[in-house]
Amino acid sequence: MKVLMSGNEAIARGAYEHGVRFASAYPGTPSTEILEAFAHYDGVYAEWAPNEKVALEAAIGAAVAGEKAMAVMKHVGVNVAADPLFTSSYTGTNRALVLISADDPSMHSSQNEQDNRNYAKFAKVPMLEPCDSQEAKEFIKIALDLSEQFDTPVMLRTTTRVAHSKSIVTLEEEGNWEDKTAVQFNASKYVMVPGNSRVRRQLVEKRTTALKEFAETFKGNRVEMKSKDVGIITSGMPYNYAKDAFPEYSFLKLGMVYPLPDKLIRKFAGKVKKLYVVEELDPFLEEQIKAMGIAVTGKAVLPFANELDPGIVKNAICGCSGGEIAAAPEVPPRPPNLCPGCPHRGVFYVLGKLGAFLSGDIGCYTLAYMKPLEGLHSTVCMGASISMAHGMSKALKDKGKGKVVAAIGDSTFVHSGITPLLNMAYNGSDAVVVICDNSTTAMTGMQEHPATGYTLQGQPTKKLDFAALAKVLGIENVQVVNPYDLKQVRKVMKEELANEGPSVVIAESPCVLFRRANPTIGKPFRVDPGKCNGCKLCLGLNCSPISWRPFAKMEEGTYQRKTKTQEGIAVIDSLYCTGCTLCRQLCKAGAIVEEE
Amino acid sequence: MKSEVTSVYMVGVGGQGIIRASDILCEVIMRSGLDVKKSEVHGMAQRGGSVTSHVRFGKKVYSPLAPKGGVDILMAFERLEVLRYLDYIKPKGRVIMSELELYPPAVNLGIAAYPENVVETVRNRVSDVKEVNATQMAIDAGNIKAENTVLLGVLSTYLDVDAKLWDAVLREAFPAKVLEANLKAFAAGRAA
Repeated sequence: MKVLMSGNEAIARGAYEHGVRFASAYPGTPSTEILEAFAHYDGVYAEWAPNEKVALEAAIGAAVAGEKAMAVMKHVGVNVAADPLFTSSYTGTNRALVLISADDPSMHSSQNEQDNRNYAKFAKVPMLEPCDSQEAKEFIKIALDLSEQFDTPVMLRTTTRVAHSKSIVTLEEEGNWEDKTAVQFNASKYVMVPGNSRVRRQLVEKRTTALKEFAETFKGNRVEMKSKDVGIITSGMPYNYAKDAFPEYSFLKLGMVYPLPDKLIRKFAGKVKKLYVVEELDPFLEEQIKAMGIAVTGKAVLPFANELDPGIVKNAICGCSGGEIAAAPEVPPRPPNLCPGCPHRGVFYVLGKLGAFLSGDIGCYTLAYMKPLEGLHSTVCMGASISMAHGMSKALKDKGKGKVVAAIGDSTFVHSGITPLLNMAYNGSDAVVVICDNSTTAMTGMQEHPATGYTLQGQPTKKLDFAALAKVLGIENVQVVNPYDLKQVRKVMKEELANEGPSVVIAESPCVLFRRANPTIGKPFRVDPGKCNGCKLCLGLNCSPISWRPFAKMEEGTYQRKTKTQEGIAVIDSLYCTGCTLCRQLCKAGAIVEEE
Repeated sequence: MKSEVTSVYMVGVGGQGIIRASDILCEVIMRSGLDVKKSEVHGMAQRGGSVTSHVRFGKKVYSPLAPKGGVDILMAFERLEVLRYLDYIKPKGRVIMSELELYPPAVNLGIAAYPENVVETVRNRVSDVKEVNATQMAIDAGNIKAENTVLLGVLSTYLDVDAKLWDAVLREAFPAKVLEANLKAFAAGRAA
């Protein structure tokens, strides 16, 4: 049966077809849909872990206990999981273990565009890279087989354009799941004290040599000979771009990007007059091929940064784009924005006006850095808001009094905020931490986490209590606010900034799109044009249903100036307004009224 | 070789049903027996950002992304978005666009102007431009959210695909409650 599937859905399907019954992950674009899809198959166990380190360690445990396991994360998640990754390369895994790394060239939804192929070489584990959904499904099976055959974790790397593209996939019957779970003891393999590690370290080198031999005949490393004038070595999605741009050239498509098949590469290079490597981001293949003493052109013509497309590849290699390209005129940008009715909007409206440094974090609220809210001044990685605020408060001493705030979402706080908050209590910071608790992992599309009270597979469970946790960690000043009450948020922030020592403020209200949490949606508002004085205060909320209508664009006689300088009025599109009341709280003219 | 692949590029604003529309198009194309790939960036759908979706089909498709200057049909769900992606259209390509104007934040804040004479600018680049009032047509069909289906109806007249396939896929794509409105919206787009 043929169906259209995204790369992520195909990975989930492949894992299910080939007997994976344990999967752990932390949501992150572009990887999130893998576990969401996998969780729906019969008889599987799938969980959201608090972070990627926990996810990978859980998967290692499951594999050691004899279950085929999968850990899934976005590229930066592998940084968090790097610790167990590097040592599980030494221990091996017993049953199959696959680590999915979803990279994000062009940073469509990420803070950096690190090339995680480097992790395979660094951690000395094999890596497969599919180019479309069908291959993603096939490569999962190969990854599982390789993991068991060579006793190693196997990485499978996708990029946004593999993960989120859809293409045609042929479904197979699910494979027979075999119960091989058992309590088994093998301390010299799994206790990585120096004496044991030194032994395993040698085995890792032997394994890499054996994997190199495997790569020579691996069917996923495929030569497509056509014109001998030009040969292209490539892998993953860039294969498609190059194939689209140059169907007449010869290709060596690498399905396994680490370790590389030296002999196969030499043979291919020897057959063509001119050799190129087409790869996104780092010159990962290029450097290794050059180290083999083979002349090859790659980053000398192709860009180091951002994703490629057929036009970019064509231009780089032959200096032609293949057609006339009309220039696109400059138009106002349309960046993503906080949704109408978002509970973060009021909090960041207040925070942006405190005159304090707002150490921010990863989530929808990162968007609040933009004009006009400007409620956030740094974002580095998950949890950094709190640790950085602590460092700032210590460095600034008295100068930082009442001037340092950290803001972090509920899911991000659970991921990496608890230990830095403990550090604030332990080492005595003087900063305020705002936990923006919208009851879900909103940015990636409403995933559960330990403070929501539900698991990935929909079971009710223990719900983490942020206020109680903060107290236990040693934070004495803890207050809960309603983020839709601007006065209250302002009052509590001023109190806590004036207080000695670290404080936690929990701004609690569910994401306006999160139906299960029953968010508050009120009657929509409209602007009474007879009352609006054109002060533009409401526009400062950057709420998309509120727009500006200049008198210059209105018919003479249809408006009335309240002041000499008034140039227009605000308008609310009641179709999109959720009645959150923030604009009404700001309006001094009483012009914002309920729609009849 | 390259001309065997047809590229459709749907562009608009998060929340307009662009990804849904491109899913429906892909399903129709797959059932017509051709190879098809699509690609878009997720995550901005509810946040009002610019959203685009590439759909490419033919006997064999490699890249899900079309190059600049390589799109056969540019479908704009919002008026100014057509300008943002004008560099993607082939000189002899076609444009389908909605009259709908949604103001970006800079326009709302009064620091940038919404571009004027959009259709004229587009016509200076490509001659085949079809503009429809998709919003009004969707309202007339009984559901304002069916703008995307109206535009699919317009698109269907440009493609060599059996109308029965469209009908079958649309009937599977929408729940009973909104199906009638979407079928009407599609028919209105086809007749426009």
